[in-house]
Amino acid sequence: MSINIIPQITRERILELAGKGRRIDGRSLTQFRPIKIERGLIKKADGSAMVSIGSTKVLVGIKIETGEPFPDTPDQGVLMVNAELVPLASPTFEPGPPNEDALELARVVDRGLRESKVLRFEDLCINPGKRVFVVFVDIYVLDYDGNLFDASALASIAALMDTKMKPYKVEGSEVVWIEGEPVPLSLQHYPVSVTMAKADGSLLVDPSLEEEQSADALITITMDEQNRLCAIQKGQGSFTPEEVFKSVQIAKEASSYLRERLKGG
Amino acid sequence: MIYKRIDGRAPDELRPIKMALGVLDKADGSAYVEHGGTKVLVAVYGPREVHPRHLASPEGAIIRCRYHMAPFSTQERKNPAPSRREIELSKVIRQALTPAMFLELYPRTTIDIFAEVLQADGGTRCACVTACSLALADAGIPLKGLVASCAAGKYQDRIILDLNDVEDKGCQADLPVAWLSTTGEITLLQLNGLLTEEEFQEALNLALKGCRQIYEKQKETLMNYYTAPAKELVSETGQEGSK
Repeated sequence: MSINIIPQITRERILELAGKGRRIDGRSLTQFRPIKIERGLIKKADGSAMVSIGSTKVLVGIKIETGEPFPDTPDQGVLMVNAELVPLASPTFEPGPPNEDALELARVVDRGLRESKVLRFEDLCINPGKRVFVVFVDIYVLDYDGNLFDASALASIAALMDTKMKPYKVEGSEVVWIEGEPVPLSLQHYPVSVTMAKADGSLLVDPSLEEEQSADALITITMDEQNRLCAIQKGQGSFTPEEVFKSVQIAKEASSYLRERLKGG
Repeated sequence: MIYKRIDGRAPDELRPIKMALGVLDKADGSAYVEHGGTKVLVAVYGPREVHPRHLASPEGAIIRCRYHMAPFSTQERKNPAPSRREIELSKVIRQALTPAMFLELYPRTTIDIFAEVLQADGGTRCACVTACSLALADAGIPLKGLVASCAAGKYQDRIILDLNDVEDKGCQADLPVAWLSTTGEITLLQLNGLLTEEEFQEALNLALKGCRQIYEKQKETLMNYYTAPAKELVSETGQEGSK
């Protein structure tokens, strides 16, 4: 196992600049790195998107299959989010079952999608209690330079926007896929997440890996297009209540910027 | 009319809380917390040698934390293998406690925290954080302050404090919070569900209010535990005793 080590001099520089409201790569405090969203890269998937934020790169593929509903929601389709920190993305990632970081990433993205009710889950029911559609969201981290949460959340929603469902008919309680034009999945909401790092009292939007590791604390806030909060996850460190309220304000602005990028392609 | 909850509580009322310290013989520190129907037991071992050794850090102690639910703690039997949720919560609880600790004091060691949920009735991660902080204190590990934790949420369109199991399962939003007593900073913050900005502010302030009440209870428990034996000694020998 190896760990990310950043030079003390870089860390000190990041903190010193943050105290003056500046950043090591010249960005403003609320500025994202360049964002690129590409859709439909994987033809075998029902939907896919690759998002890069700076040199962080995440690929998300959507697969729709049928399965059993959860016992407590027999008339609703199922959303399954999984994240893989594949070893090609970082010298610190190792092969094997998902570790706590991968599980946390998947669960935070899942919460944003689920709580904002991005899909009408009732419409994904085939036969109540027996058969429903299962929407698999598989997050593949390809290059890790910080802020996996935002890149993954953005790629997931972009991939869902790209998703088309094959036409089907129901025979008995089973689904039979038939020939025909696939239909786009209808989305009800557009949740995106905004991660901020606290460094020397300043809040830095979209922290790079260096900034994440130098930061005193991290927080991720997911909001939908009506500025409702759908998920929050505090990472390392601690925040005063005032800092939390301030981060919500910043997230409001930043998430609307992300959503514009989502529409712009 | 005042809104009454299913268990008769006011919207901003905590459930009854019981705390006990030093409940386990072999652990370096331990605590038991009952928060309504939720019952958790925490043991702390360390600072002790790290195995496997490559995990050790020359910069300070590492913290390993395991949040685990007993198979019999829930209505349906829970598979004892750690679930995805338990692994995430272990990380979140560790991050809730880390800001309170002086890890640089114990390089190349580990502090192991084991939190077992014996009975789950809503708010288990919060009860665990509260209990972990007490167990760390009981283990004699220096802390910047106690960490107290409780959740607020939205249930039937109202913002309420300290959700029980029924409210937790049917809630529109759940906001667990942990608070470090000395700095007043938030060390755990998660949100699951939909809240407007105003509702979020209200819920966070309510949860912090709950944390402060829990902190008073923690302090009282520590004081009672560490002064009680001394009192016994005084009554037996008629002299000042110390623990």
